[in-house]
Amino acid sequence: MNPIDPQAQGLGLPETGNFKPQLERRYKFDQIFKIISWAATFSAIAVLAILLIGVLSEGIPKLSLEFLTAPPSRKAEQAGIWPAFLGTIALLLITAASAIPLGVGTGIFLQEFAQDSKLAKVIEINISNLAAVPSIIYGMLGLFVFARLLEPMTGGRSIFSAGLTLALLILPVIIVSTRESLKAVPDSIRMAGMALGATRWQTVRIHVLPLAIPGILTGTILALSRAIGETAPIIVVGAAAFVPFAPEFSVEGFREPAFTAMPIQIFNWISRPQEEFHAIAASAIIVLLMVLLVMNTTAIVLRNRFQSNR
Amino acid sequence: MSPVSAEFLSEGVIQMLSKIAYSLSLVALLGGLVACGGGTTDTAADSGDAAPAEEASGLTGTITIDGSSTVFPISEAMAEEFQIANPDVKITVGASGTGGGFEKFCAGETQVSNASRGVKPEEIAKCAEAGIEMIEVPVATDALTVVVNPDNDWATCMTIDELSTIWSPEAEGTIDNWNQVNPAYPDAPLVLYGPGTDSGTFDYFTDEVNGEEGASRGDYTASEDDNVLVQGVEGDTNALGYFGYAYFFENQDRMKAVEIDGGSGCVAPDEETVLAGEYTPFSRPLFIYVSKAAYEEDEAVKAFVNFYLDPTNKDYVGDTGYVALSDEQYAESLAKVEGGEVKTAE
Repeated sequence: MNPIDPQAQGLGLPETGNFKPQLERRYKFDQIFKIISWAATFSAIAVLAILLIGVLSEGIPKLSLEFLTAPPSRKAEQAGIWPAFLGTIALLLITAASAIPLGVGTGIFLQEFAQDSKLAKVIEINISNLAAVPSIIYGMLGLFVFARLLEPMTGGRSIFSAGLTLALLILPVIIVSTRESLKAVPDSIRMAGMALGATRWQTVRIHVLPLAIPGILTGTILALSRAIGETAPIIVVGAAAFVPFAPEFSVEGFREPAFTAMPIQIFNWISRPQEEFHAIAASAIIVLLMVLLVMNTTAIVLRNRFQSNR
Repeated sequence: MSPVSAEFLSEGVIQMLSKIAYSLSLVALLGGLVACGGGTTDTAADSGDAAPAEEASGLTGTITIDGSSTVFPISEAMAEEFQIANPDVKITVGASGTGGGFEKFCAGETQVSNASRGVKPEEIAKCAEAGIEMIEVPVATDALTVVVNPDNDWATCMTIDELSTIWSPEAEGTIDNWNQVNPAYPDAPLVLYGPGTDSGTFDYFTDEVNGEEGASRGDYTASEDDNVLVQGVEGDTNALGYFGYAYFFENQDRMKAVEIDGGSGCVAPDEETVLAGEYTPFSRPLFIYVSKAAYEEDEAVKAFVNFYLDPTNKDYVGDTGYVALSDEQYAESLAKVEGGEVKTAE
């Protein structure tokens, strides 16, 4: 917006007594701050652009349908990411299916139902702390609990175990974002609902939750995006670097103790001596970015739909 | 990655990039759908050169391999080629490190464990506790390579003593010039690159050069990613670094290998000198450890290990940048497994 000279608009401020408008100076500060903000935005985008340009220029030439649908190979020109791609999708399914109901449920309980007690406070603090635990710790927990203790159910070092581990990892993020979205719903709506005789659950289900859903969705998708990029925890749980067959999308397939995912494949290719593997690692990064992009687009579309329905 | 000047980053470019990204994501999605429609068949069979049909053995089963990331490329190559001939055997190879591999091996989760060093007595004890007997099988040799920048014309051959002067813990903070290593060397700063302390390469090098595993100066540029070391040595005329032969082999145009004088003259690292046993003391054996029970009871494991040790397959080892064993050594390894020669703590 262009600074408007208030005097010219006839809104002149009187320059009397202690008050000096000092418009010149204040507008100047305005400009300076604007430039600083721009610089901050620009440097973030510049870093991203450099990364993207580097990856795209190296990876696009190798990107093909064949690359997407071939299994990994010792020869870079034949290698593909099909098992890793499907592994990531399968992990995502398990993670979403277990983390979303648990996380959103916990968030609703803590925000709408829990009494303001000491216990609730303790739980709250612990959830915030959990969000800051390094991901490899979750990997060790997942290895012990899901892959070892619950082996009869999860099949050991399987997609199930890894998916549940990633679910634990993002649970705190989902809980916190659910609570924040619920907090943003004005209290008057709850009061109005209850004043009309609705129970607490009816109020939450019919009035509060629909208003909070766009925010919950955004938080959840961001959390899932984090999960698909994680490498350390799933290595600990037991992802292998060379898995030449795609996972079967069935209970049995998910329990098979042999799986891989895209970050593992990328890491493996990047650390090899051969230049050609570095190039296909870039291609795999592009595919991973695509998956992220599709997820984020879905989130935005869903959010807009929910918002316009109101 | 090339530096990008500011004018490239206009909104137009970013818009264009996002357009490209969007259309590519569509392509990716469609590709995924098409492939889904085609069904997920045994993808291993499509890769590589088609194997003669008569080789298909009717073997079935799963083989799980884990362990050293150094040995990983060899086991991967063997697994891939074996599966072309035996499409019904599912083999997976992990790379969680020699120690991590033994942990899984002793828990009975893997049948074969890759190792870039010999098994430790405590690891043998742990396996014995779980009732797992292992057979140690040498499968290839890695030549630990000391490298310098291509513009370095003075360090062509170095003795172990000279390397020890550079890398010993006492050198920290005092040895920082090439002429301190050898008066014949020029007055130039010494810039060092080496693997991090978690690496098996680090353990082996420090043991051979400084006489004690893990004893090393700490003031050098360390990275677990050998490609970082390659870039470092390439970018600095006065640099010296060390890592596995494969990383030198793939980057021969970017650096020079230093010949090593282990007491009997200067020897350059290459396939011949390693095979002849002349490149000492930096030739290190790479192993797989095979579960005795799995080898004897599981036909698939047996066939795979025999395939691994078949001298006709040794080109697959060469492709990875390591040096294959000689035919006699392979025969020795095979005899070890077939005889069930269990590794025990001495």
